[in-house]
Amino acid sequence: MSAGTPKSLPSSGQKSIQEVCHPLSAEEPVLPPSPDGGSTTTTKDLSLPNGNAVDTSSPASSSSLLNRLQLDDDLDGETRDLFVTVDDPKKHVSTMETYITYRVSTKTTRTEFDLPEYSVRRRYQDFDWLRNKLEDSQPTHLIPPLPEKFVMKGVVDRFSEEFVETRRKALDKFLKRVADHPVLSFNEHFNVFLSAKDLNKRQGLALLSKMGESVKYVTGGYKLRLRPVEFAAMGDYLDVFTQKLGTIDRIAQRIIKEQSEYLVELREYGPVYSSWASSEEEALQEPLDGVAGCVANCCSALEEQTEDMSEDFLPVLREYILYIESMKNVLKKRDQVQAEYEAKLEAVAFREDKKTPVPTDVEKCQDRVECFNADLKADWDRWQNNKRQDFRQLLTGMADKNIQYYEKCLAAWESLIPLLQDKQEAKVETN
Amino acid sequence: MSAAPQMPQQQSLYYFVPQMVEKGTTLLKRMEISVAEAEKRTGKNAVSMQETYTVYLIETRAVDAASEGANPAPDSLWRRYSEFELLRNYLLVTYPFVVVPPLPEKRAEFVWHKLSADNMDPDFVERRRVGLENFLLRVASHPVLSNDNIFYSFLTQEQSWKEVVFETGFQAKADSRLKALNATFRVKNPDKRFAEMKHYGDELQSVISQLLRVRARVADRLYGVYKVHGNYGRVFSEWSAIEKEMGDGLQSAGHHMDAYAASVDDILEEEEHYADQLKEYLFYTEALRAVCRKHELCQFELEMAAQDLTSKKQQREELATGTVRTFSLKGMTSKLFGQETPEQREAKLKTLETQIEDGEEMVKEKNAECEEFVKNAWVDIERFKEQKDRDLKEALISYAIMQISMCKKGIQVWSNAKECFSKM
Repeated sequence: MSAGTPKSLPSSGQKSIQEVCHPLSAEEPVLPPSPDGGSTTTTKDLSLPNGNAVDTSSPASSSSLLNRLQLDDDLDGETRDLFVTVDDPKKHVSTMETYITYRVSTKTTRTEFDLPEYSVRRRYQDFDWLRNKLEDSQPTHLIPPLPEKFVMKGVVDRFSEEFVETRRKALDKFLKRVADHPVLSFNEHFNVFLSAKDLNKRQGLALLSKMGESVKYVTGGYKLRLRPVEFAAMGDYLDVFTQKLGTIDRIAQRIIKEQSEYLVELREYGPVYSSWASSEEEALQEPLDGVAGCVANCCSALEEQTEDMSEDFLPVLREYILYIESMKNVLKKRDQVQAEYEAKLEAVAFREDKKTPVPTDVEKCQDRVECFNADLKADWDRWQNNKRQDFRQLLTGMADKNIQYYEKCLAAWESLIPLLQDKQEAKVETN
Repeated sequence: MSAAPQMPQQQSLYYFVPQMVEKGTTLLKRMEISVAEAEKRTGKNAVSMQETYTVYLIETRAVDAASEGANPAPDSLWRRYSEFELLRNYLLVTYPFVVVPPLPEKRAEFVWHKLSADNMDPDFVERRRVGLENFLLRVASHPVLSNDNIFYSFLTQEQSWKEVVFETGFQAKADSRLKALNATFRVKNPDKRFAEMKHYGDELQSVISQLLRVRARVADRLYGVYKVHGNYGRVFSEWSAIEKEMGDGLQSAGHHMDAYAASVDDILEEEEHYADQLKEYLFYTEALRAVCRKHELCQFELEMAAQDLTSKKQQREELATGTVRTFSLKGMTSKLFGQETPEQREAKLKTLETQIEDGEEMVKEKNAECEEFVKNAWVDIERFKEQKDRDLKEALISYAIMQISMCKKGIQVWSNAKECFSKM
């Protein structure tokens, strides 16, 4: 798939960023999705996510070739020049509120940035701001999702290590996806987000107006004649996919509930063996206590597994459901742009003089449509790729957690057997 | 023919009960016994109403016949559960110093919801068949019970066995519940060991009941967890329909989820066997308590006899010396209606002497009875304790093995699913 840094169209509205061809970028930059948000570690030196030193020389150099090959297998010939990491969560307590900030570290060779390195602190609000700005300023693109904004107080501890870590991973993934996007990564708001010491939102607003003609899309009022097949297919796919994700979410929740209820009973079950042991003599007392111990071990293993499901599995699912919602909105916007163009074209077709050239605003509409379609197609392919990786990771993770749970239980029960059988054999001998 | 799963091993050689067969040889050593089948029958009951009941096929074969390689066909006969009950009641009355093995439950209890509580349910009938076989093997390997003729006839005599049992008149020998209860409350010096055993029996009954109840709830919940995973199978299949490269991995993973959900049925069925082993000992506590109660009764009767003797002796003393130390109605009436004549007093003394002689005989008898009972009962209780420790430990080991197997299956299924996911 090609990301398609679009070749500048004759009279396209948006041009400034795209037309700058970065010295380090290859002809057709294909940016691989960031494989795993959680496994990156901050390094002091300029280095790639996999720990190798970044090579900032020309793409043709052998070391950069090696670097490319060592990265994700989706990498298709491009040297990254922008690396972003989210880590080091810290709690801030003030009289008004308590919140968490994360360190956002950037390393880059891009000339859009004044410095090669940045380290700033951001809170969730800031990420949310960034995403909104990206959506507004890049309406033809699919913007990666953020972890859920609202969490029910009392149900989830917003300051627990597990919750914060889950969020951090998701925020890291978000920034990495933006950084890897050939268009979004050059967005001015993204730059500000990464570099400004204090993120003044007004600064962002000023930037917006500086950008000149901001592209506004008319919503509503135009009826689409025929949606192109590929976009119709996208819409259909998203509808079914979102439905399936919803079902999976419900199933996962149900499993968590059933497991919790199972855990409640197990917690009562183990102690009965202990209580029995207390009325027996040594011969039976030890085996009974042993069983009680095993059941207790299984309880903690189950508790861990259930927590993991709640903290790692469900949030990612929900993230995708939100993501799909925003994608459907982008598709709707595309439809609107096309509808507007078609309407204007039709209006023009009815004018009397067919010899006069097509008015510029109709041309502009056409450009918009073509631009939008191109952006969307490229982003769609990227999104499909990301989705495949994300779900592969999510589901293998779920399988792993279950395997670990059973392995813990197995270890507990297996350690009991020799204890019991030794005594049994010893007894037979003494008889 | 298969022996019951929990066939206890004859190890100790310290059983000695007088008049019985030499130590170490029980019926089971000479005869193979099994409850091979169960069948439904319909017939008219005592009040001429149509009823459906189950009969069980008891097969027996002499051990040496089989070992000679001849392998003759076993002898067999059909028995109803009620006949087993009759046999057991007979044994209880005839051998009150023995902790008599229990029968499997009459009605299904401690059921977790998916398991049927219906007596006619084939799984219940099957488990009962196993339980009845276990009962017969326990009796047949008991140093005392195995030599009983009624038991032997139960296994071999198809016709008129019931009449033979009734002819023994065992029902008349049974102690009334009231008598036993009375003794329990009023006995003064029961053997400490029996009092402790009775207390232990109560505790064991309570804890095993609790264990069975909670286990049933645990089984219920575990069932729920596994079955919900089956939903993954369906949704993965539906999802795979709209995917290209991910489709195959999803579809196969879905199959594994279905397999996972289905696996719980076998797991829980196996666990029922463990529950049955616990139930056997739950019911055993009743038999243990019965022996303790019998001891209390014996002891009580001895105390009553001794008390009676003491009071008679006292009466003699009073009559002889003319002093009234204790209140007696006769004393009062004589005061009211006049003293007795020397002839009357002589007659009374003579009667008392006879009564005292009889009383002393009675005390001697009761004492001997009591001692004999204590001796024999304690032997059997020790035997029972060892058997219980052995059997329950085996049960716990096999339970642990079941859990291990369940964990291994779980690891297998999820590893398979993981592989499918990783190929997505």
